[in-house]
Amino acid sequence: MPDGSSSVPGSLMHRFRQGDLDAFEALFREHQRPVYGWILRIVRNTAAADDLTVETFWRIHRAHERFQPEYPFGPWARRIATRAALDWLRAQRPEVELTAEMARTLPSAPTGNPGIAAEIRCKTALAFSRLPPSLRAAAVLAVVEEQPHKEVAAALGITVGAVKLRVFRALRLLRKDLERQGIKP
Amino acid sequence: MNAHDEEQTRQLLKQALPPVERNAEPERDLWPAVLRRLDADAVRRQPISFSVPWFDWALLGGLAVFVASFPATIPVFLYYL
Repeated sequence: MPDGSSSVPGSLMHRFRQGDLDAFEALFREHQRPVYGWILRIVRNTAAADDLTVETFWRIHRAHERFQPEYPFGPWARRIATRAALDWLRAQRPEVELTAEMARTLPSAPTGNPGIAAEIRCKTALAFSRLPPSLRAAAVLAVVEEQPHKEVAAALGITVGAVKLRVFRALRLLRKDLERQGIKP
Repeated sequence: MNAHDEEQTRQLLKQALPPVERNAEPERDLWPAVLRRLDADAVRRQPISFSVPWFDWALLGGLAVFVASFPATIPVFLYYL
């Protein structure tokens, strides 16, 4: 939906579109945190999220002439961030993604045997990392992070129906992988 | 996979992957890194320019004048090239 306030000539958005570095910095300061948070939700790696935030804002600056000031900046930045995060996921080997840091941040188990529960969570996380990146991104945003399907769809550049389908496929593949490992959810 | 299986898998996934904090933010200011990236990109996009010292141009001009004045020396120059 067009945003009337930012379509005024001379506004921050207009100056950004014209390549004004100060306007770009102001937008960076305003949107750095949400963009970083969105990327972190997808890649789940703080170091990669740092790098991808820089990469995203570099892509944003490179595409400044294509930005339409009458539309909000946030969703546009989020789409670019999602593409950068997906590119990163595609370049990773699944086995190396379950880092020690990630294992440490897993929530405590609600069951009586924390050892077994931790093992199941690790196997689930590893099985999840083997899913295709496009399915992982949809599932992690919609299921784990509980983001509205509409926002996930806008970020991925697909329809809400396609998001639901990707989530369903991701869960089905995850369940099959876990069953192959002898884990019955 | 029925609805019950789907819900169980959802719960398992939620347990395995903790949601990211709502107010997550980078530990350092990323603006300097963005500026470095923009600078590196600007340098890469600059056209490569070759600068020739004035002395080389003077030498070339002198040689052209010499060859124009004494055309018979052209074969000698070509021989030594």
